[in-house]
Amino acid sequence: MNLFKFIVKRIFFLLLLLMGVATFVFLLSKMVPGDGVSAYLSPRSLANEKIVEAFKKEWGLDQPVIVQYGRYMKNLLQGNLGVSIRTGNDVFGELLRYFPATFELASLSIIFATIFGVLFGIISATKRNSLLDQSLRAVSVTGVSIPSFWFAILALYVFYYKLEWAPGTGRLSIGITPPEHITGLYVLDSLLTGNTEVLLDSIPHLILPSIVLASFTMGLITRTTRANLLETMSTDYIRTARAKGLGSFPLMFRHAIGNAAIPVLTVIGVGFGNLLGGMVLVETIFAWPGVGQFAFQSVKSLDFPAIIGVSLLIAFNYAIINIVIDILYGVIDPRVRHSR
Amino acid sequence: MKKFMKMYKTNLFFAIGTTICIIWIFIALFANVIAPFDPLDQDLVMRLKAPSSEHLFGTDRLGRDILSRVLVGSRLSVSAGLITVTLAATLGTIYGGIAGYVGGVVDDIMMRIAEMVLAFPALVLAMVIGVVLGPSLYNTLLALVIVAWPNYARVMRSVVISIKENDYVEASRAVGASNLRILVKEILPNSVGAVIIVATLDIGNQILFFSTLSFLGLGTPPPTPEWGAMVSDGMDNFMQWWICTFPGLAILSMAIGANFIGDGIRDLLDPKLRKEF
Repeated sequence: MNLFKFIVKRIFFLLLLLMGVATFVFLLSKMVPGDGVSAYLSPRSLANEKIVEAFKKEWGLDQPVIVQYGRYMKNLLQGNLGVSIRTGNDVFGELLRYFPATFELASLSIIFATIFGVLFGIISATKRNSLLDQSLRAVSVTGVSIPSFWFAILALYVFYYKLEWAPGTGRLSIGITPPEHITGLYVLDSLLTGNTEVLLDSIPHLILPSIVLASFTMGLITRTTRANLLETMSTDYIRTARAKGLGSFPLMFRHAIGNAAIPVLTVIGVGFGNLLGGMVLVETIFAWPGVGQFAFQSVKSLDFPAIIGVSLLIAFNYAIINIVIDILYGVIDPRVRHSR
Repeated sequence: MKKFMKMYKTNLFFAIGTTICIIWIFIALFANVIAPFDPLDQDLVMRLKAPSSEHLFGTDRLGRDILSRVLVGSRLSVSAGLITVTLAATLGTIYGGIAGYVGGVVDDIMMRIAEMVLAFPALVLAMVIGVVLGPSLYNTLLALVIVAWPNYARVMRSVVISIKENDYVEASRAVGASNLRILVKEILPNSVGAVIIVATLDIGNQILFFSTLSFLGLGTPPPTPEWGAMVSDGMDNFMQWWICTFPGLAILSMAIGANFIGDGIRDLLDPKLRKEF
């Protein structure tokens, strides 16, 4: 199958998946006692039947469930995510506003995680069972075991409050105006507009939260890299190359890494997906105006149109990342390309 | 057991992990006896005191002894990790086992449902369930299980699909064994290893996830000592580093212990990987 057909097929499945996720949120929203009306109206309004009726009518909650579902799916298929009950703004617009902040942070974070994860993995595998290997393995297990919210608070306490090396929370220091909106990524926008003041302020703000976020993914990447390199190193063709007198490092870089790359790539992709969707805690602690914070606020007030929007965005990110990774498999490994 | 003891002697990380976890289980069992103070006892004169010889881990904003609260809080974390994984693994094993064994349309429908839950962002899902049902230990565990089971279903299904083609399954069917008998006697014993590997590696995750939810205020309501909620208290009293540091260290150490054990058990049960680590 050629690449085009492959992509079309995957996009079709992506739509099915998104519809499944949407259905699931719909069912969840129906589990809320009293149609969730009590979550939005004040106790005084709740006591007034007319207001409750009017509210139900406005949001279509007076219709039978199947009619509600039909209308809901129709709206979604037309790309209409609806209006957030909490903020009163268009959900799609809200997501567009919050996503760049998350994307900027997640990107830097996955870069850190990949560089250190792969590096540690390679060192660990080449110096197997040495003290260095043991320490790096301990570091990687700590990375996957550390509670991110705790790490975030601790990092702020040490590097911001005590040592004053890092700037405080948020994307920019107080008093600095954001750059002109082009992509919403402050670093890129300030580069494009030549605004060095914002550039030099936004980069330090990114570093601490992205390191905190990178720890988990870095641990996973280190473990996967190490395990797969060791497996590849015990194959016959590596033994042959070694027998021909190739040294450890050229062996690693010319023969082993490419063959161990696919599982590592998968972990990087999953990690990036997690970062784009699951940063609720770190964003809240670092006062980072991203999708995670928006998700948390929406969930707290049971704002279902917004919850649907966030869930679809996260599922969409995952699916796109998976498609890109599947295409990359083919680039790395010709066997995958041919079997497709 | 013999293998276990051998691993304890040869695998350093496994030994460390087991030791950490045994200590925590011991603490959880006897927390009331070990704790120097009543974890709920407020002493406003002694509020926000730094660690001292009297209060080794200091006191929080209500003057409660943090060491005692960390010790007693271990009960919730230990049990949450174990209960969630046990329930999710059991549910997922049955579900995935049936899907894989029956196959065909049933398998397709069952697995699409599981994937729907998997595609849903776990933390958002758990938060929604927590908010909808209200904060309580029971609801938090329910949210964790709902989020965790599909992973087990997927693992179990893939194992069952490969096992059910084996000759010994055919042989069992040929002598007239019922489907239920084949599932329980032939397939389950041969596939449970894979589930155990996933489960032990999952315990650490679930402990983290549990503390995350309670950090967000979706766990057991106060004043019950819970590590995640205690870290959250520490954020409100940012300058008093000890309030969040110690419960955080407790979560970290327990998760590390569980992960070390998980790695060890995987090496033990999965002969292909045994050589690697």
